[in-house]
Amino acid sequence: MIEILLFATIKAGTPLLFATLGAILMERSGVINLGVEGLMLVGALTGFAAAHTADSLFIGVIAAFFAAMAAGAIHGFICVYLRGNQIVSGLSLTMFGIGITSLFGRSFVGLTIAGFSKVEIPVLSKIPYIGQAIFNQDVLVYFSIILVAAMHIFLYRTKTGLYLRSVGENPGAADTSGINVGLYRMSAVLVGSGLAGIGGAYLSLAYTPFWVENMTAGRGWIAVALVIFAQWNSTRAMAGAYLFGGINAVQLRMQAMGTSLSPHLLMMLPYLFTIAVLVMATLRLEKGSTPEPEALGTAYDREDRK
Amino acid sequence: MEALLKVESVVKTFPGVKALDGVCLNVYQGEIHTLLGENGAGKSTLMNVLNGLYSPDSGNLLINGQPYIFRSPKDSIKAGIGMVHQHFMLVYNHTVFENILLAVSDLPFWLDKKKLRIRIKEIVDRFGLSIDLDEPIRKLSIGQQQWVELIKLLIRDCKVLILDEPTAVLTPQESDRLFGFLKRFKEEGRSVIFISHKMREVMELSDRVTVLKKGTTVKELARGEFDENVLAGLMIGTDEIPVWEREKKQFTENVLTIEHLFADKEKNMSDLIDFSLELRKGEILGIAGVAGNGQKTLAEVLTGLKPPVSGKIFADGKDITNADSRKAYIAGIAHVPEDRKSMGIAPEMTVDENLILKSYKEKPFRKFIFQNFKAIKENAEKQIADFAIKAGPKGTPIRLLSGGNIQKVIIARELSMRPSVLVALYPTRGLDMGSAEYVHKVIMDARKDNMSTIVISEDLDELLKLSDRIAVMFRGRITGIVDPEHTSREEIGLLMSGETVQ
Repeated sequence: MIEILLFATIKAGTPLLFATLGAILMERSGVINLGVEGLMLVGALTGFAAAHTADSLFIGVIAAFFAAMAAGAIHGFICVYLRGNQIVSGLSLTMFGIGITSLFGRSFVGLTIAGFSKVEIPVLSKIPYIGQAIFNQDVLVYFSIILVAAMHIFLYRTKTGLYLRSVGENPGAADTSGINVGLYRMSAVLVGSGLAGIGGAYLSLAYTPFWVENMTAGRGWIAVALVIFAQWNSTRAMAGAYLFGGINAVQLRMQAMGTSLSPHLLMMLPYLFTIAVLVMATLRLEKGSTPEPEALGTAYDREDRK
Repeated sequence: MEALLKVESVVKTFPGVKALDGVCLNVYQGEIHTLLGENGAGKSTLMNVLNGLYSPDSGNLLINGQPYIFRSPKDSIKAGIGMVHQHFMLVYNHTVFENILLAVSDLPFWLDKKKLRIRIKEIVDRFGLSIDLDEPIRKLSIGQQQWVELIKLLIRDCKVLILDEPTAVLTPQESDRLFGFLKRFKEEGRSVIFISHKMREVMELSDRVTVLKKGTTVKELARGEFDENVLAGLMIGTDEIPVWEREKKQFTENVLTIEHLFADKEKNMSDLIDFSLELRKGEILGIAGVAGNGQKTLAEVLTGLKPPVSGKIFADGKDITNADSRKAYIAGIAHVPEDRKSMGIAPEMTVDENLILKSYKEKPFRKFIFQNFKAIKENAEKQIADFAIKAGPKGTPIRLLSGGNIQKVIIARELSMRPSVLVALYPTRGLDMGSAEYVHKVIMDARKDNMSTIVISEDLDELLKLSDRIAVMFRGRITGIVDPEHTSREEIGLLMSGETVQ
């Protein structure tokens, strides 16, 4: 029972994890992206369409990455080079994603593919209780876990990571240190958007291997909230994503067992939790210190006189 | 001898303002070169051009006779120019260590923190600094933050060091230490470009002075060719500094009486401990002391930003310690805050609007639920003329004004309510001589109208000039009250370090 729930938790948490990691990368550079929901949808549809057409899941994932990256490039260009309003641009990106995927997705509704299958890791999968849940998953789950560690190492152990964090905190300081602020921000938006796209593709290629309109169902928004919960930290993001995955798994389980609670109420749970978590994350903070990148949401203009 | 760094007729325009209008500058090897000029003369703009932040519209930049074009600060770093900005370019949430790493040019992709730490520790130790590398910048004092900036430049091994008003935020001891360092730096054959408004520093340090005015070079003078009067004359364009006679007064009434006040402790600041003080009607009371000894808390309590923990405050004999009775008093007190840009103004709003921030609800600025724009405009025109504010074209956001003009707007607004008490914190910090002189004059004029003023400042010259009495604070207490006419710098200095006078 625990094993099944844990297995479902990780599966439900993985799309959130990809999207959250992508959003963290972008926000660390100082660009807030409320378009994650749209990017996930673009990734989900492109991934499904490419995988179905080319009959290759791998190509599906790659296509999802690049399609979401292209969509994110619009946001990056507006925010970084035109110094537009990041909130408005991000919201438009979400609406754009919803619109364009429902338009081009019509012909893919009802089609099916064989989704990612489980890959059992020898020895580790024999650990009692958790072995089957963690070490008998699909490759994307393993990839997401590796990504958590890789991102942490990137941000705190490499020069590029240090520069990226500095750009997000104080672009003026980075610029006067000879760091190309625009390039760092744009690159972060591109790669981050791509990761959000993979999060979407996980839904349509592994979680439920088909395409339906608006299949992300607000997961992009949960990812945006998770970034704050995770305090812009990739390992905390993993905890957050699995927490939400767990709530989702439990509510599905309860529905399946046929409780007397209204299924609508149960489906609300993850979203209610989002609100609760945001309140808690904000209350817990030490006064005067915030893990939020200081320049988050602001455009950088070298010649602006402050 | 050819100049190491040569700026030839550089022009830089911002929307609506010509900040630099053909400015020239010659900096030679191994000298400390001071840039003088009023606020808005273009000093900072020129330095930002040298730093690669602003790209000039026209003009040349030569280093060792070679022409250079800086497309970004990176080019400026490569040319060996380093700058400590007036507002430090530090990442406040990162540690000292991480901030210094930004300056290491041959930083490897994989950060070997142990190895890098040894290297940086060495440099920090060489300056005998007691800075914890793992402390985040925001927890450092301003003086320490400046050292971090300097260390960053030293790591880059720069040939020309630019310091934009480095002493505006330092205590006298910290300034002396900085000057010692600059002299050593010069002896190594490097050059320093130094911006300051404090004449004494300029005289002490400079080998050469360039005076700027309205974006052009007025004069370049070598050591021996200038003294304080010559420089002041060149800067403000007149040959004499106005001196006024202080009118003798007898003070009888108390407007404010503070008794045994205790106020909250905040972070590293000293709070107020059993603090008592009287402010008499029509006097200017100076408060001296090294920053962080409770002055800020005192101002916050007096202006109603912070409630006291215990003790009593009386205004005109009425107890105003608790909240309800405070309201009217707080509404009537004038406040010139310490940080003028974040507390004194609404930066994105226009000068007209900023002038009525406190009285927008009152007549004639209000008409039913609407604003009376005609009255607002007339008020602004009058204040701008009275205070000689350079407000730029109509509708300019106030943040684009120079510091001196912003300060004039704040003072104009605060005094227009005809307050009985003015609390002014560091009223001339970072202002040029002309503006500072003007601010002093306004405060002195208001004294004639029997307004009482508390001036909190670190500039002893300012306090000695303005005050009827000077109270010296140390660790939240008054260590002594002196008469400016019968005291000495030494006496005040001793009081500032905690010696009490019987």
